[in-house]
Amino acid sequence: MLGSEWMSRLASNDPKDEVMESMTGTVGLPESRPQEKARPDSAGGTEPLLKLRGVSKHFGAVQALYMVDLDLPAGQVTALCGDNGAGKSVLTKCIAGIHPPETGEMHWEGRLVHIRTPRDAAHLGIETVYQDLALADNLDIVQNMFLGRERLSGGVFLNEDDMERAAATTLASLKVTTVRSIRQPVATLSGGQRQAVAVAKAVMWNSKLVILDEPTAALGVAQTKMVQDLVRRLKDHGLAVMIISHNLNDVFAVADRIAVLYLGRMVAQDSISAFDRQNVVDYMTTGESSRSASGRRA
Amino acid sequence: MTDSQAASDPTLAVTAAAAELPPELEAQSLGQYFRAWLVRVRSGDAGVLPVVAALVLVLVAFSFLNPRFLIPYNLVNLFEQSAVFIVLAMAEGFVLLLGEIDLSVGYVAAIGGAVAAILVQPAYNCPWWLAVGAALGLCAAIGALQGTIITQLRLPSFVVTLAGYLSWYGLLLLFLGNSGQAPLNSDRIDGQVFIHGIVGSSSDPTMTWIGLVVVVVIFGAVLWLRDSGRRRSGLVAPPVGLTVLKILLIALAGFAVVYICNMDRSFSANPVVGMPWVIPLVIVVLLMWTVLLEQTWYGRHVYAVGGNPEAARRAGISVSRVRIIAFTLCSLTAGLGGILYASWLGAMTTNINGGQYVLYAVAAAVIGGTSLFGGRGRALHGLLGGLVIGAINNGMFMLGFQLQWQLIATGLVLLAAVTIDALSRRSATSGVLTHA
Repeated sequence: MLGSEWMSRLASNDPKDEVMESMTGTVGLPESRPQEKARPDSAGGTEPLLKLRGVSKHFGAVQALYMVDLDLPAGQVTALCGDNGAGKSVLTKCIAGIHPPETGEMHWEGRLVHIRTPRDAAHLGIETVYQDLALADNLDIVQNMFLGRERLSGGVFLNEDDMERAAATTLASLKVTTVRSIRQPVATLSGGQRQAVAVAKAVMWNSKLVILDEPTAALGVAQTKMVQDLVRRLKDHGLAVMIISHNLNDVFAVADRIAVLYLGRMVAQDSISAFDRQNVVDYMTTGESSRSASGRRA
Repeated sequence: MTDSQAASDPTLAVTAAAAELPPELEAQSLGQYFRAWLVRVRSGDAGVLPVVAALVLVLVAFSFLNPRFLIPYNLVNLFEQSAVFIVLAMAEGFVLLLGEIDLSVGYVAAIGGAVAAILVQPAYNCPWWLAVGAALGLCAAIGALQGTIITQLRLPSFVVTLAGYLSWYGLLLLFLGNSGQAPLNSDRIDGQVFIHGIVGSSSDPTMTWIGLVVVVVIFGAVLWLRDSGRRRSGLVAPPVGLTVLKILLIALAGFAVVYICNMDRSFSANPVVGMPWVIPLVIVVLLMWTVLLEQTWYGRHVYAVGGNPEAARRAGISVSRVRIIAFTLCSLTAGLGGILYASWLGAMTTNINGGQYVLYAVAAAVIGGTSLFGGRGRALHGLLGGLVIGAINNGMFMLGFQLQWQLIATGLVLLAAVTIDALSRRSATSGVLTHA
C-alpha cells in the first residue's frame, strides 16, 4: 500500500468540500480533513468499499462525467445503467485507473485514494472484466488466468504445477465445471465459458471489487444464466460487484442496487426495491422519473 | 488485426468442438490418445505431423529419383546445409510469434559471419571466442536497435527491417572491403581453424555414441519425472504410453543421426566419420530456445503478445520490452546462423544472398508450423522446416535441376504451408461451421 499513501500525499486540494465525508482508517495520512457527520448511505449505514464523490471528467469540450457520486458496497451487486453515451464506460475507466478523473474523490475502505493507473487499481483489489474479455485465444485457461502474474520457480521458470492447482481451485470455488480441461486453449471455449474464465482471472488476486462490463452481451439464454449465477457467487464470497448492462433482465436478476447515469450525471442510485423496469428506463432515457418517489437523487 | 477482432467479438467465440482439444488433455491411455489425435488430424490441426510427413515424402521421393541421395555423404551434407536454414528459421520464429516479421535476418547473419571471419584474419588474430562473441554481440545490438525503433516510433517491422536489409548489406560491403571476402581456410590461425571446424570437423565416433546415451538418458529422465509427477498430483498429464513413446522417438531419431554420421562417408581410402559439430550446436540452440519459449515467463509473454497484444498490455505486460527482446534474440540467433554459413563455406564473402536467406528463413518457420499471424510456433518448427527446405534444395541439386527450379519448388512448398496455416486459423475461429 506504499503506492496509495504516496498518492494520497499528492492528494489534490479539492474544492468540493461539501461532498467530503468522514473517513475511517485514515491513520497516517499527511493532511487532516474536515470531519463531517457521515451521511447515511443506501448500503445500510456501513461504509461502502468504494465511494466516489463529485467525480468529473471531460474530453475536450465533451463533459463525460459531471459531479458523479457512486457507492459500491461489499457483498452487493451494483448495476450501472445508462443509455449509450451516458458515461458508463468513462466511469468504469475512472475506477479502473485508465482515465483518472479530473476532480472528485475516491474513498477505498474509507480511505482517500487516487487511482492513476490500472496497476494502482489492481493494488487496491479492483479488477475489471472488459466486454472483449482480454483473453489470449492461443493460451490455455491456466495460462490466461496467470497472464502477467505468472508464478515462477527460480525467478525465471514457470511453475506450471502451482498455477494449475490454484487455477483449478478458483474455478471450483466459482463452480465453473463445464470446461472439459483446464489446459484447453481459450479459443475452444464457448462465450459463457470465456466469460467465466475472465471472471475467475479477475477474482484470483484477492480482489475486492470486480467490475463486469456487459457480461452477458452476445450470450445465449443458458450461458447468460451461468454468468448470472457466477455473479451471485462473487457476491456470496463477499466481493463488491459492479455490473454494467443494457439488459434490464440481467439487472433485475442479479443486482442489489441500481445506479443510473444520464448524460454524465448520476440521476438515481438506490437499492433495487426502489426501482421497477419502467422507472429505470425513464431515468435512462430522460434523466428523471415521475413514477418513483423512492429513487434517491444523488 | 483479425486476431483482436476475434478476441473482441464474442459472437466468434463459438461452442467448443470436440475435435479442437489437444488430445493429450483428455486421453487416459495411448489408444484413446491416438483416437483423439486422429480426429484432430482430420479436422486440420495436426501439430508437427504435416511437416514430418512432408519431410519423409521429400526424402523418399528424392531417394527414388536418385539413389545417391540417401548415401551417408549426402545425408551429412544435407544436415550441414540445412543448419543455416534451421538457425535462421528459429531466429525468425521469435518475431513471427509476435505477428511481426524481420526481413533483415539474412544480412544480419552476413554481418555476424563477416565480423567473426574478419576478427580471425591475420591482421587481428583474435581468439575464436572473442571473434564469435563480438559477432553475436553486434548482431544483438542490431536487433535491439531495430526493435527499439519499431516499438518506440511505432513503425511497421516490415519497413524498419527492410531498411535494415539495405543498410546491413551496405555495412557488409564496407566490412569486407575491396577484396570482398574473408577466408577461413588457414590451418595455422587457431581462430580460423575453430570457426571453419564448426561445420568442417567432426566428433570422435565413440564419444558421439556416449554423448547420445547421456543426452537420451537425461532427456528421458526429465520428461519421465515431470510427467509422472504431474500424473501423481492429479494435474493434466499425457498418458504413460505417450511419455514412453516420446522418449523412444527421441532415442530412435538420435540413434539414426549418430549411426549415419558414424558411417564412412569419404570417397577415398581415408575414412571420414563422426558427427559434424554443427549438429550438436543446432540441438543446443533448439533446446535453449525451446526452454526459453515454453518454460519461462518471457516465453509466456511472447505467446501472449502474439495472441492478443491488448490482453497482454492489460495484464501488465510491457509489450514494448517483449518486442525489443524478441527482435534482439532474433538478430542474435541470425548472427549465429551467419557464423555457421561462413564455417560451411570456409569464408565469408559479399556474395551471400541475404534476400534469399530471409525468405528461406520465413518459409522454413512457416513450413514447420509457425503461424505468420502470431501466437503459434515453436523452435522445433524451425528445425523441421529448415530440414524440408534443405532437403528440397539438396535433392533438386542432385537431380541436376538448376537454381530456378529449386526456387520454384521451394516457393510452392511455402505457398502450401501458408495456405495450411491460414486454413487452420479459419477453422479455429469458426469451429462450428467446419465441425458441424
